[in-house]
Amino acid sequence: MSQLKLPSTLKIGISRGFLEVKQFMRQRESVVFTLLFPVLLLLIFGSVFKDEIAPGVTFSQYFVAGMIASGLVNTGFQQLAITIPMERDDGTLKRLRGTPAPASSYFIGKIILVFVSMSIQVILLLIFGVLLYGITLPTDPERWLTFIWVMLLGLISSTLLGIAFSSVPKSGRGASAVVSPIVIILQFFSGVFFVFTQLPTWMQNFAAIFPLKWLTQGMRAVFLPDSFAAQEVAGSWELGKIAIFLGVWSVLGFFLALKTFRWEK
Amino acid sequence: MSSTSSAIEVHGLSKSYPNHVAIAGIDLEVKSGEIFALLGPNGAGKTTTVEILEGYRSRDGGTVSVLGVDPANTDVRAWRNRIGIVLQSTKDAADLTVEEAISHFAGYYSNPKNVDEVIAAVGLAEKRKTKGEQLSGGQRRRLDVALGILGNPELLFLDEPTTGFDPEARRAFWDLIRQLKNDGTTILMTTHYLDEAEALADRLAVMTNGKILEVSTPALLGGRSRAKARVSWSENGKVFLETTDSPTQFVNKLSARIDGEIQDLSVSRPNLEDIYLEMIGEKV
Repeated sequence: MSQLKLPSTLKIGISRGFLEVKQFMRQRESVVFTLLFPVLLLLIFGSVFKDEIAPGVTFSQYFVAGMIASGLVNTGFQQLAITIPMERDDGTLKRLRGTPAPASSYFIGKIILVFVSMSIQVILLLIFGVLLYGITLPTDPERWLTFIWVMLLGLISSTLLGIAFSSVPKSGRGASAVVSPIVIILQFFSGVFFVFTQLPTWMQNFAAIFPLKWLTQGMRAVFLPDSFAAQEVAGSWELGKIAIFLGVWSVLGFFLALKTFRWEK
Repeated sequence: MSSTSSAIEVHGLSKSYPNHVAIAGIDLEVKSGEIFALLGPNGAGKTTTVEILEGYRSRDGGTVSVLGVDPANTDVRAWRNRIGIVLQSTKDAADLTVEEAISHFAGYYSNPKNVDEVIAAVGLAEKRKTKGEQLSGGQRRRLDVALGILGNPELLFLDEPTTGFDPEARRAFWDLIRQLKNDGTTILMTTHYLDEAEALADRLAVMTNGKILEVSTPALLGGRSRAKARVSWSENGKVFLETTDSPTQFVNKLSARIDGEIQDLSVSRPNLEDIYLEMIGEKV
């Protein structure tokens, strides 16, 4: 009986991913809120700030780049750091621990959930942005390539850091109070709501430690004209540095997630 | 080397928490193929013991072997593939239907049971499209049992499995457990219900304050088989009680003395619950 082969970690992970998406979609309020939140913010900020921040660059165009980046942090880091403690409370994790499913298949499931949720958010954001605020989409394939790797690195680092941080809140009920302020402050510091270079230098330096600043910069490299690169802190998009920062955070997130992950309270 | 005749072997197991001693050095053996019940009041250390055996908790001292493997040293998926766990009250998978939950978890094991057969076995065929959150307490518990037996375990842990069951559901559950035993599954269960232990267990252990008081069979526990019989009856509106080794003789004498029917006559031996309560120091 035990000679039969166990299903692979990846196979269980993918089946967990489908299950997670199904469960997510069943919580209708949370689906609507999570998926439409970035669009809602775009509507608010797009209506308030109508000026161009540089020749040919509207604030909305700048904001869409920031919203995609911060969507990664919201969906990966924030959502997971809040929902995993809940799953620890309701026994989901304890049950998994008692089965042959390894922890990594649980992580894979979460990455799939974040990927699906994030893809829908990006598509909605771009549709509304193009239709309502005349956002221009890149035509250059090289920019889409940048988009893909920044998205992927953002997805991985954010998800793993969310899993790692899920050990900090003591209970599911208190999780939101611990996690949300961190994300909101990072959003302000990282140039999501304001033009990054207009922020005080100490804020810029502080934000440069964390992934969100590099994600927003990466997304600007995708959605803003090359002429804007001169207005960045370094005078260029710094794609190499972005890759290194996000890569290092991903590796760090991986080890932290493995090290700190707790199945039980 | 693990012996083939015991599924679980525990020697000198101890576990302390900052404020109290949960397990104070216990020995325990569960033989392959038997149903073993662990009894004891709340806080006796039953769940801590079981959770150490399940690999959920670390221990402070002693040796533990479960299916020939030390649960503390293993993260081996192959070992988990061979055991089934029914935890105390759970509330996960609330937004999945019975069928969805069972077929999903079936994908974790090398040799899962047939999903439809498991659903039928736990009596949830009519509820297969019902979500976990809409099940009654007893139905929810049966879903837990379904998930526990799904992987065709050699060893099944049941932690208070029938809490919240109505009498009919409990009988049906007992039949299911007996069926699993017939199929060769070893079962370690904790329960608060003495009738359940009596109906199911081959052997049982009584635990209080982190120690095992006695390991025995339901028929022999606490000297039950040697306990005196209690004869009670009424006479002229008064209730009488006599404890005796020879109840037949006593009733014969009584019947000779009293004309006609003896009022409210009853002859009883202490049941498992009486013995148990006496053992844990709560005399009735």
